[in-house]
This record gives sequence, structure tokens and C-alpha cells, in this order.
Amino acid sequence: MTLPEGWELVVGMEVHTELLTKSKLFCGCENHFGSEPNTNICPICLGLPGSLPVLNKDAVELAMRIGMALNCTIAPSTFHRKNYFYPDQSKDYQISQYDLPINSNGYLNLPDGSQVTIERAHMEEDTGKSTHLGGSGRLAGADRSLVDYNRCGVPLVEIVSGPDIRSSEQARAYASELRGILIATGASDGRLEEGSMRFDANVSVRKTGDPLGTRCEIKNLNSLRSLQRAIDYEAARQVELILDGGTVRQETRHWDEGLGETSTLRVKEDAEDYRYFREPDLTELVPDQPWQDRVRAALPPMPAARRAKLLERIPSATKAQEDAVVVVIDLDLEHFVNAAADGGAEISIAVSRAANELAAGIDTLSNLTTDAFTQTVLMESKGELSATQSKVVLGELLANGGDPKKIAAEKGFEQMSSDSLGATIDELIAKNPDEWQRYKDGDDKLSQFFVGQAMKVTQGKANGKAVIAELQLRK
Amino acid sequence: MKTAVEIANDVQTGATTAVAQLDAAYVAIEARNAELNVFLHLDKEGARKIAQAIDARVAAGENIGPLAGVPIAIKDNLCQTGIPTTCSSKILEGWKPPYNATVIDRLVAAGAVPVGKTNLDEFAMGSSTENSAFGPTRNPLDPSRVPGGSSGGSAAAVAGDMTSISLGSDTGGSIRQPAAFCGIVGMKPTYGLVSRYGLIAFASSLDQIGPFSKTVMDSAVLLEAIAGHDPLDSTSLPEPSPSLVSHVNDGVAGKRIGLVKELYEGADESVINAVMGAVAALKEAGAQIVELSIPELRLGLSAYYLIAPAEASSNLARFDGVRFGLRVDAEDVTAMMEATRTAGFGAEVKRRIMLGTYALSAGYYDAYYGQALKVRTLTINAFQKAYAQVDMLIGATTPGVAFKFGAKSDPMEMYLNDVFTIPTNLAGDPAVSVSFGKGEENLPIGVQLLGPGRSEASLYAAARVLEIADGRS
Repeated sequence: MTLPEGWELVVGMEVHTELLTKSKLFCGCENHFGSEPNTNICPICLGLPGSLPVLNKDAVELAMRIGMALNCTIAPSTFHRKNYFYPDQSKDYQISQYDLPINSNGYLNLPDGSQVTIERAHMEEDTGKSTHLGGSGRLAGADRSLVDYNRCGVPLVEIVSGPDIRSSEQARAYASELRGILIATGASDGRLEEGSMRFDANVSVRKTGDPLGTRCEIKNLNSLRSLQRAIDYEAARQVELILDGGTVRQETRHWDEGLGETSTLRVKEDAEDYRYFREPDLTELVPDQPWQDRVRAALPPMPAARRAKLLERIPSATKAQEDAVVVVIDLDLEHFVNAAADGGAEISIAVSRAANELAAGIDTLSNLTTDAFTQTVLMESKGELSATQSKVVLGELLANGGDPKKIAAEKGFEQMSSDSLGATIDELIAKNPDEWQRYKDGDDKLSQFFVGQAMKVTQGKANGKAVIAELQLRK
Repeated sequence: MKTAVEIANDVQTGATTAVAQLDAAYVAIEARNAELNVFLHLDKEGARKIAQAIDARVAAGENIGPLAGVPIAIKDNLCQTGIPTTCSSKILEGWKPPYNATVIDRLVAAGAVPVGKTNLDEFAMGSSTENSAFGPTRNPLDPSRVPGGSSGGSAAAVAGDMTSISLGSDTGGSIRQPAAFCGIVGMKPTYGLVSRYGLIAFASSLDQIGPFSKTVMDSAVLLEAIAGHDPLDSTSLPEPSPSLVSHVNDGVAGKRIGLVKELYEGADESVINAVMGAVAALKEAGAQIVELSIPELRLGLSAYYLIAPAEASSNLARFDGVRFGLRVDAEDVTAMMEATRTAGFGAEVKRRIMLGTYALSAGYYDAYYGQALKVRTLTINAFQKAYAQVDMLIGATTPGVAFKFGAKSDPMEMYLNDVFTIPTNLAGDPAVSVSFGKGEENLPIGVQLLGPGRSEASLYAAARVLEIADGRS
């Protein structure tokens, strides 16, 4: 979406991610989504009187990994208490890092070459989950309130970007790249639908060149699509408001996915005073250099590095191929591409099939072996299968598994002999004399016309490359 | 009454049994508890099982431990599995913790037998035990007077010969002040020496569990049993339990002891005389006395009454009626929390929650809580400077002897009773109160010995010198 001429969108993101630790941040309870309510609880995460928190070292290491992957400075840090009364916050305060976060001053490079600064990536504990029955579904006026404390104390890292994002597409690309990094570090499973990553977007608009406008924070964005739509909606709302002579009020807004709009959740004047102070039950967290070095040494390659490595195998890659590589890395498919290329197949074909056919069949990817993928792409590379036939074979492999050669044979995808293809080409030339003349006169675009016609009459059995070869023989 | 050391020896050698000692303790408790209101709950059945198990192990020739079969009283802000733990507050009435405080586990491992839970000022906020929701505890030496607080019940249990030893907690003097008022020994250990896991927090950065006893030796035995690193408490010191018992009779020859003006000035004449008497006794025993002034200590009281309520306002937030304790039903959760807290907390607890909430609020933080933290740093630095010159400090524990019920109805007057004990908590250092001399109406006076972090052994050695000089061998 584009704003009216002369307007600029400014977005800063706050991303919460649950850490994939075995246990919670301050106790030994299992960190597991989907258990029976109130089964992963103990005196500590229930905040029973006399219990004390003990910091989970694994969570610290995952937080450090995130910081390192985001090029942050890792520094000695402290925990604070954020005080507020709410039934799903068992102690009625949240333990969170405040003025001294473990990670600060980093940046994230996006695939399009833009850079977003990372102000901080700090650790905190998650809350439990409340369900309010009756009334409006909110706490006030509910008939009954139920609380599940399984999530209470689950480790979170909150990643706060600078106000560097200038479009909803860039916001989406940032969220997507961040997700890839969190998965690569092993910090998160990236499951948006389970709430293991949650996005908040701070959105403001301004006339180009003006100082930053008043921002609204949009909450409840739990998919990349919601994120992009909500930012577009909010930016348009703010511009319209200003053009109508109004002013934007600093507030927190709720995104309604069904209605496709944002609405006021609370205004700044109502903001709670959280009375932050140093958590006296925890000591300073000092990630010393040897510890940092150990964590850094164990850090797997990040998506950007993996993309660069894969692109090294595709000399003078086109923009479309670069985009395909982004998808391949995003979906963790590079081992298919590398296996096919190592097996002698054309890498550009392998990348395209991975980014399209494998991406479409990602839910049943377990049916496909790298070997079957390699054989299929190899057959296509050699001209034994047309592109259309190759896609059909991959579709069958993804659905049911099997042997690509057998599948090709069963589908009748045996290679057309060059004699019968030659006869087909001769017929096509006879039927289309004008096109043939223009092709002969040097208009190479017409080759695609003949490839298309050949596909049509052979019902997809013709190999595009073989068609072009036959055309050139007759030139 | 026998000391803990004597009881443990008799139980281990078979001269008596743990069950016999327990029965004797309950007889002594029941003789005076109605009058003094020392215990809120007695765990007769559980204690008997523990005692029987000890006797069986003794019969089997096992070595039980330094507190073999010794009955002990526990302040009711320490969690014990399945035993009502109230903090003397209505808000926790009926709540039974599903776990033991680390000190309970360590006591039982050392052979001690917890007999029951003792009264305190609600959530340990007070200096007289008058703030208990379950009525005040009376001083066994003069039932018309307070036993001190907040650990008044635990001090009275020992002073009233119900148990030889007990556990209390000290946030601003809550062990030392009642020890002084009851004429016994009370130690506030170095912050982090004893695990706070299972101690219901008042002010987390100041709270520390410690022992009451009649003798210095019993105090050392008990502290040694409960001290040492605990992985469940992040602020627990990394070292194992220090050696204390072996140093009790080390004496003070060659020690430099600072007599601190700010730790006795303004006290009653009898108290000042007791401090001077103690100084003379220590000098007699070979110590070198250095007169010191540490003006920063005067700021301690103000800083404490911002820091402690600030932490308390957060620590006590969890008493909201949602998961445990009292719940007063109302139209929705927010209203239920308000109604529960309104009904469950007493006046002093509410006062401190409000003070603390105010001190942490936006716009006031810098002027109050932030400023108090700076004073705390000043206090720490001032103590460090003093300990560069001397090995320990001496002063009074309290400005006067045990006062009468209702004598300090103005909260500020009550707070001033802690003026000599509070600075040590701010610094996280240890201090012991030992009975020395007598004041008006023959009531006991406590002399306070203060040292740098982990100097408990030296403090006990000096306290032992005073104990002997005061006529208790």
C-alpha cells in the first residue's frame, strides 16, 4: 500500500518470542504448550509465599544467541519487577529486564538490503492465560474468570527495533527475517499460531522530512498477514485523521482480524504506573567473555549467511532466483537444493522447484527424500521430463512418496523421441508461417510461442529445451 | 532448662529420648501459652513422628547430628509442609504450604524437632508483636510488657523456657530487639548466609533468618546447622556453612573494637551504662577499644522506612485472593482482590504498603526510593571504612528496655525503636545482641556487636566474653 504523495510511514516493532527451553525461566516446571491447564506449575511459578526465582541458564544462552544473531552488544544486566495486579500474573509483578538489558544496540539486515536497528532484546517471564466467562469476555464484568498458569514463567525475549521501518512490506520482511533468525538460533519454534511469537507495531505517519508523528501501538498481531494489514489500515487511518484536521492520540490499539480494523484499547493517560524497581531476589547477570565465546562458537549460520552461500552456487542469479532463494532458506529447504546440485542437476531448476512445488507441499514434505528430489530435478535438467511433468512427479512424491522414475513411467512421461518431436515442430512451422518468419528474422521471443504450441499438442510431454534445439536446427 | 547442646548430648548418649524432651517442651508450652500467646500452632503429631524416628536411629547406633532431639520453635513466617503458616495475618489464615523452607529441612537434618509456629507482628512489620492479627505475645519476664518484635513469639519461647532454641527473621532488628527485651542471644547473620527459600518475604534485600538461644554456644550450633549455600536462593552466598562452634571460645585478645557514638547516643542511661560495662569487660579480656563516630548511621532509619515498605508493597501484592489464603467474594476479580486485601491486612501492613507504593511511584521514585538507595550505599561505605580500622563495632541493641503494651502507639515512636539495629540490615552485615546488665525493674538490656560480612565467628567469640562477664558461664 502507498500513502498519499508527500506522506511517510514510520514503524517500530516489538516482537515477543517464547524461548524453546525445557523448563521455565525461574523454576524447573516444564515449558510446554498444550498441556492440561495448571499441570506445569510449582510453588515458584504460582508465586506461593516464600518461593524464590532462580534464573534458567539455558534461557540466558538462548537470549545471548538472539543478541549475537542480531549483532547486539551483550552486557552485564539486571532484572526488575514490573508491578501490576492481574490474576494471570501469579506474583502480581512480572520479572523483566528494564534499564540494563542483556542485549542492546544491534541491527538486522533484510534480504532487500535495508537495515533495521535493534534497540534491545531483553529477557522477561510470560504470564498465565486468563479466560473470562460472561460479560464482554474481558475481566471487568465477567461472571467467572479462569486462569491457566502453565504459561506463567515461560521465558520470553522481547526484541525492540528502532523506528526504521518505512512500509508495511518492510515490516513484514523484518518480522519474517526475525522469525528465520529465531528458528535458526534454536531460540524459538516460530509457531505464530501457538503464540510463540507475538508482534506489536508502533505506527506513526508524517509529512516527509517532518519530525516523528505521534505513534499508536497495535497489539494482537499474530500473523505476518495481520501485521501487514494492520499497519496499512492504521497508516491510512492516521493520514485521513490528520487530513480531516484531527490529531493522532498516543494510544494502544487492538487489531481485529475479522473486521480488518484497529480500535482503541487504552489511551496513554490511562497507562499504568508499573513502579519498576530492581528485583531483590536475583543477582546481576554477568555473561563473562568465556561464556559468550562458548555460546558464539555454537551459533549455527543465520539465514542471511545461508542465502549468500546458496547464491554463490548460482552465478549471476536473477531477481526471481534471489527471491526463490529467500523462500528456500525461509522454509529450510536448502539441503534439497544442494543435494540436487551435487547430484548433477541444474541448480536454477532445483531452486525453482524447491521455492514453488516444495513450498506448496511443505505440510507433507516428510514424504519426499532428498534423493527422490534429486532424481526428479536431474531428469528435468537432462530433458527427460518437461517442466510440467517434473511438477506432476514432485506433486505425487509429496503426496504419497515413491520412486520418481516409476512415477514418470506410470504417468506415461517417457521422453518423446527426437524424431516424433521433429515431426511435431515441422507441423507447427507449416501452420504458423508468419511467426516462423519473424523467428528466423531474429525475434527470439517467438521461440516461447513455439514451445507453448508444442506443449499444447503434446499435452506437456515436449521438453522446452528440446523444442528450441529443433527450432534452431531448422533456422 | 537445659541448653540445646546439653539436650542433644543427652539424646545422642541415651540419657534421655527425643520423645521425652518433646513431651517436656509441650508441658512447658501449655503451662504458659494461654497467658503469653507465644505459639499460634503446635504440630504435636508431626513433631512426635520426627522425635520417634530420632530415638529409633539413636537405638540403632546412628549419629544424629548437632541438634539431636532438640525441640525448636519456628517463627510463623517460615513455610513448613502441611503446617498452617499465617505470618500472623488473617489473609493467610488456613493456608498450608506444600513445601518446606530450606531452614526447616536443614534443622530436621541436624536432628532438631520443630514443635510449632510462633507469633509475630503481621508480616514481620513491627517491634512489639502487638501487630499480630491473633493477639500480642507477652514478655515472659514481665507479662505487662512486650517481648519485642517482630519475632516476639520466638524470643518468648526461649525466654519462657518452652524451647531452648528458636528461629526468627530480622529485617530491621526483628531478632536482635526481641532478644534484648527477653534477655537472650539473637543473631542476625550476614545477608545470604542463611537461605531465604520458604521465608515469606517482607523486604527481600534486608530479610535474614537467624537463631534465638539462651547461650552463645547454642546460637553458634544452630546457625552452623542452617547456614550455607542453597541453590534455591539466588542471593545465597556461594560458600558452605562456616565454622562457628569451634571459635566461640576464641576470646577477644588483640581484637580492635569500635565503640560507635551513633549506636548508643540517645538511649536510656541504664542502656548506656550497660554498653560501657560491656566495653570494659571486652577491654579486660584483651580487646583494644577505639571510639568512633559514623554519622551516616543516623540516616539509616529514614532510608529503611522507604526501602523496606517499597519492597513489601511488591512482595505482598501476591496476597490477592486468587490462589491461596483468604478470599472475599465480589462482583469481579478486581473487586475481589480489593475486598480480600481490605479485609485481610491489618493497619500497619496497609500503612507500609501505601508508603512503599508511594515511594516507588512515577514522579516520586527519585525523591524517595532512589534517594534511599543512595543512603544505603553511603551506609555500606561508612561501615566498610569503619571495618578498615577495627574488627567489630559495639553499641546498644535498643534505646531502652522492654516497654509496656500500648506505650508506643504512634508509629514513628515505634519505628525509632529500631534506630540502632537497622543500619546493619542496610549493609547486609551480621550483628548479634547479647544480654548484658539490667535496667529499670531489673529488666534485661541487650548489647549489640556488629561486624563485616561473614564475621559471625568473631562476633560469637566477643558475645561469649560478655556472657561470661555478665555472670553466665
